Amino acid sequence: MHIDTSKEMHTISIFVRNEPGVLVRVALVFSRRGYNIESLVVSPGTSEEFSRMTITCSGEACTLEQIILQLAKLVDVVHAIDHTNTNYTETEVALIKIRAPLDQRTAILQIAEHYKAKVVDYAPESLVLRLHGESAKLDYCVDLLAQYEILELVRSGKILMARGVDPT
Amino acid sequence: MSENSQTGGQALVHALEREGVEAIFGYQGGAAMPIFDALHDSNIKLVVVRHEQGATHMADGYARATGKPGVVLVTSGPGATNTVTGLLTSLMDSVPVIVLCGQTITSMLGKDAFQEADVTGITHAVTKHNYLIKDANSIPRIMKEAFHIATTGRPGPVLLDIPKNITQGECTAAPLSEITLPGYNVPGRAITEDLQAAAKLINKSRRPVFMVGHGAVLSGAGEAIVRLAKKAGVPVVNTLLGKGAVSETHEFNLGMVGMHGTGYANKAVENCDLIMAIGSRWDDRIVGNIEAFCPDAAKLHIDIDRAEFNKVIQPDVCLAGDARLVIEDLIPLVDPLDTAAWLKDCSSYKKMYALKYQKQGGLRAQYVLDRLDKIGGQDCIITTDVGQHQMWAAQFLRTTKNRHWISSGGAGTMGFGFPAAIGSALGTGISSWAIVGDGGFQMTLCELATAAELGVPVKILVINNHFLGMIRQWQELFFDNRLTAAPLPGNPDFVKLAAAYGVKGWNIKRMADVDKVLQQAMDYNDGPCIVNAEVVQEDNVYPMIPAGAPYSEILLEAPKTKLAKPTGST
Repeated sequence: MHIDTSKEMHTISIFVRNEPGVLVRVALVFSRRGYNIESLVVSPGTSEEFSRMTITCSGEACTLEQIILQLAKLVDVVHAIDHTNTNYTETEVALIKIRAPLDQRTAILQIAEHYKAKVVDYAPESLVLRLHGESAKLDYCVDLLAQYEILELVRSGKILMARGVDPT
Repeated sequence: MSENSQTGGQALVHALEREGVEAIFGYQGGAAMPIFDALHDSNIKLVVVRHEQGATHMADGYARATGKPGVVLVTSGPGATNTVTGLLTSLMDSVPVIVLCGQTITSMLGKDAFQEADVTGITHAVTKHNYLIKDANSIPRIMKEAFHIATTGRPGPVLLDIPKNITQGECTAAPLSEITLPGYNVPGRAITEDLQAAAKLINKSRRPVFMVGHGAVLSGAGEAIVRLAKKAGVPVVNTLLGKGAVSETHEFNLGMVGMHGTGYANKAVENCDLIMAIGSRWDDRIVGNIEAFCPDAAKLHIDIDRAEFNKVIQPDVCLAGDARLVIEDLIPLVDPLDTAAWLKDCSSYKKMYALKYQKQGGLRAQYVLDRLDKIGGQDCIITTDVGQHQMWAAQFLRTTKNRHWISSGGAGTMGFGFPAAIGSALGTGISSWAIVGDGGFQMTLCELATAAELGVPVKILVINNHFLGMIRQWQELFFDNRLTAAPLPGNPDFVKLAAAYGVKGWNIKRMADVDKVLQQAMDYNDGPCIVNAEVVQEDNVYPMIPAGAPYSEILLEAPKTKLAKPTGST
């Protein structure tokens, strides 16, 4: 039997009952198996009764199957889906605070314009850029800006939705 | 309070009554007082234990013996944390237990109030589900959900944490006839394609084995398994917790498989061309070396818990469903197989690898248990603690009836056996033998008071070797016989100790006394009694497959050469 021990990034969508403790229960499923959560977004579902969690995580593929099954087993989890290799649309938002002295400001704004980032705070020494799109696009932009002095970076974490009528 | 209203505590007790609860194992405490007070007006039998851990093991033994959920009532803080070991025991072995805990008042939650603990936080990982009740009107709904979750699907413990102002407050909510749990689905019958795929593999097999686990006990699948095994001509082995689903005296049954299983059961598994796990999760104590476990055999897995599929073993076919229903559905699809040669092989394994032990050199634990089996042990419920005595009991006490074997398998909880026997005896009225070691018994022996008070037919057999025997065995085999923390020189005189509780007792020191004393204990019907068997101090359990080793490395007797440290789990 071949055990796949390669580490990959995965995005999991979990539809849960909006009950106290559900976040802890979900987190425990990951932590017990040494799985790293990279980002976690919790948001209201279509009714007050339910919430949506979108989790990106990395770890061994064979452990992920167990994690999905263990998540689905939780009483408060309605369903859990691993969206790796499925057809979905995704987005993420980043706020980037960057030191912007006059001699660098134009170059920074050019990068912002290229990535369609919006300047949401224009201060004497700094700029705050708001950028959204696929997580990979955010990575590229942040990498480019890293040659300047990024003061703070806040990313929302990835959210996604299955295309067509497939459930997320 | 209006005329039709009740307190939260009364609402809890009324819900217990609606669920048909007949007994509660409890221990008082400040935050639980309103619930205990409501029990004053109820016909539910309240068993007052001496330690909360004992209550959980009693409820567990009660549930395993009767098939009904066991109920525990404790107070907040230390009362609740003392249930954690029992919760783990029930979770690992899939036992329906409900634990009700008092809690500080809601306005003091999270403020380090007296006897406050974050009990739902502490028990997330040792319960199937848990609740913190913050509204008295949710009590009828949550109680109904809790019993449903604990008893259906793969059973397990459910804990309810209930603040004192909720149990003292007013509940006007009426009982619910239905509950909605959109995330909780229990498989019943396996799907047709899986059944057909499984039957196809079975029908091709010439050397099949059925491995019967605790799931078969819980679903009452034994009779169906016997029908299928007879029709197809398939030998059966059982796991430690699967004992009793199919009688171990049945001609098709080869007994226990795994680390300390019988040589013949393990040989059958080693040489099979198909193995079907029926409500067993391929525990590491059974599989040993995963890569070397039946590498060429087809593997089928029946389980009600889908999360068990592909966890340890990658089966060829997984059948999600209740063990009994799945087997019943398989019977018409499976043909009588050409297994005559295989069955002959298996019966020759029985002769070649028969269980054996030394009869010289003093009183042997195996002899005591072998005699108990012969003089009526099969009509009693057997509970065990954890260690050498547990393995010897599993080997020599053949279980012939479903729910007559109760042992802590997954958690391996020392201190389980004796309180579990109190629960099983109370729940069924059947004499229950608690087979315990001198180590584990001392962890929960304060419950001698509970047993004496109840007058339950519990017969304690202490296999007393003045050691943590299994630890000493591993030290001898794998740690150059450096006996660290294994000897127990400070043991009390168990018979005198029992006498202090008003419990009758006997010592056995010679083989010649075994039958007489066991018979006296068997005939004793004036409440609990104890037999202290002073057995050979340094004896080892064989057969043994060292942890993580392949079946081919089975030791049928003491090894002649030094063994490498095992690589498998503890």
